[in-house]
Amino acid sequence: MDRFLADLLRVLTFDAGFNTSVVMLGSAALGCAAGAAGTFAMLRGRTLVSDAVAHATLPGIAGAFLVAALIGRQPREAGWLMGGAAIAAFLSLAAIEWLGRRPKVGPDTATAAVLACGFGLGLALMSLVQTLTVGRQAGLETLLFGSAAGMLPGEAYAMAALAALVLLVIGAVLKELSAVAFDPDFALTAGLPVARLDALVALVCAVVVVAALPIAGFVLAVALVVIPPAAARFWSDRAGIVVSIAAAIGAVSAFSGAALSAVLSDTPTGPAIVLVAAAIFTMSLLFGRARGLVAGRA
Amino acid sequence: MLARTPPDAMPVAARTHVRDRLVVEGLSVSYRGVPALIDVTWSAPATGLTAIVGPNGAGKSTLIKAILGLVPSTGRITVGGRPFDEARDITAYVPQRASVDWDFPATALDVVLQGMVRETGWFRAYGKARRDRALSLLDRVGLADLSGRQIGQMSGGQQQRVFLARGLARDARILFLDEPLAGVDAASERIILDVFDALERDGRLVICVHHDLGTVAERFRDVLVLNKKVIAAGPTGEAFTPQVLARAYGVPLAV
Repeated sequence: MDRFLADLLRVLTFDAGFNTSVVMLGSAALGCAAGAAGTFAMLRGRTLVSDAVAHATLPGIAGAFLVAALIGRQPREAGWLMGGAAIAAFLSLAAIEWLGRRPKVGPDTATAAVLACGFGLGLALMSLVQTLTVGRQAGLETLLFGSAAGMLPGEAYAMAALAALVLLVIGAVLKELSAVAFDPDFALTAGLPVARLDALVALVCAVVVVAALPIAGFVLAVALVVIPPAAARFWSDRAGIVVSIAAAIGAVSAFSGAALSAVLSDTPTGPAIVLVAAAIFTMSLLFGRARGLVAGRA
Repeated sequence: MLARTPPDAMPVAARTHVRDRLVVEGLSVSYRGVPALIDVTWSAPATGLTAIVGPNGAGKSTLIKAILGLVPSTGRITVGGRPFDEARDITAYVPQRASVDWDFPATALDVVLQGMVRETGWFRAYGKARRDRALSLLDRVGLADLSGRQIGQMSGGQQQRVFLARGLARDARILFLDEPLAGVDAASERIILDVFDALERDGRLVICVHHDLGTVAERFRDVLVLNKKVIAAGPTGEAFTPQVLARAYGVPLAV
């Protein structure tokens, strides 16, 4: 136990080597972006879209692996798997959008259908992948369960840059996104491009989920988009402040999760991040200043 | 302190386009093949208070939503001969209270500011001047003290007044309101009707979906009686008759 605490302290104070520190900071940046983007998905009642997109990356990952194996490339190279995941994420978003507009389908059904179909196709492709002897499957494992430890400094920098971009975009259209989330009909009559702003939030969430795959894995990547906003909601009754708190909770969860996973060498990063986020959520549920069960005003 | 905006200090824009009439021609709407509005042709009055009345399912809300482009429709909607879309800046919509989630993390002031989201422009904060204007609008609807309150912590009448203030923030010449007096307390009703009177004096057009037939004649100068089709339209004294209502509601009604 003493050993564990000593290690944890060493990691948290950036004293565990350059790579570990870079990975933790990259994760924190991504968690921050995920919390901010996820808040508007939550307020608009579209959280499940990110979950569907995350599940739908599985066929993209497996498909990219198969293609790489077929043409004799090392799948780990050159972001093959991430590319596959990104394409699948984009296609699933487009499918949800298109299906959701059909009057006899509706957004909820469209989202659930894409989630189920994407995941089903992914599992089928994965069983095919497992019959292959070509190629090492280590890269695949990373995307399925998450392993920040293997992250290269370049990847961490890319992640930080992406997080900065997401925060900039969200910050730039904060008042428009708030107006649309609260009352899309009024926003439309006031002349806001509601469909495009909705698409922007969905796209940003999808980008964050795909970027989070190497850290958190495809099932848990969505947790960074979902849990921090839900926890932040207990602390404030102002949308702008909820966004900031969600970003902070996302950053802390990802940072601490990556640190925990570095100390407990057998624990993948994804579950570690989710456990930290869940702990913060529970605290918020009980002690949140705005609407926590124990300390809330309401 | 918060100064009320005197009526004659209203922007000139409210009066210069008085002849730009809102005209609906051959408007039809159907939901999944079931007609909700059939061939509605209506020329709105230039200014004043107009009630849209009719039985449940007559398409009252649907008509204003179709005019505002919130539900797909066929037909022509123009303002001063130009497509409605080009006149968006001179219109405001005050939706039904039940159409949003009042648990949303926003204060009364936040919601009123949303009425200025377009005039503020992209990538800019609302700023102090607009914040002050939003506060004076809240004062105008009697909610100056509650500007910082989370909207879910307000009564139904107060929520309706917040919605009205947000609509007023658009500084529109044509206002569309969906059941603004439904389920509000007497104090809220008084304040809302006072605002209506001020808007009328100021030469604006207020189009109001209204459910209470008993108060139509005393409160509204014009009326549109609807039951999927236009039953009657015009000054309340002429169009709001027992014969018209019997046709609209299918049963004889005394007014």
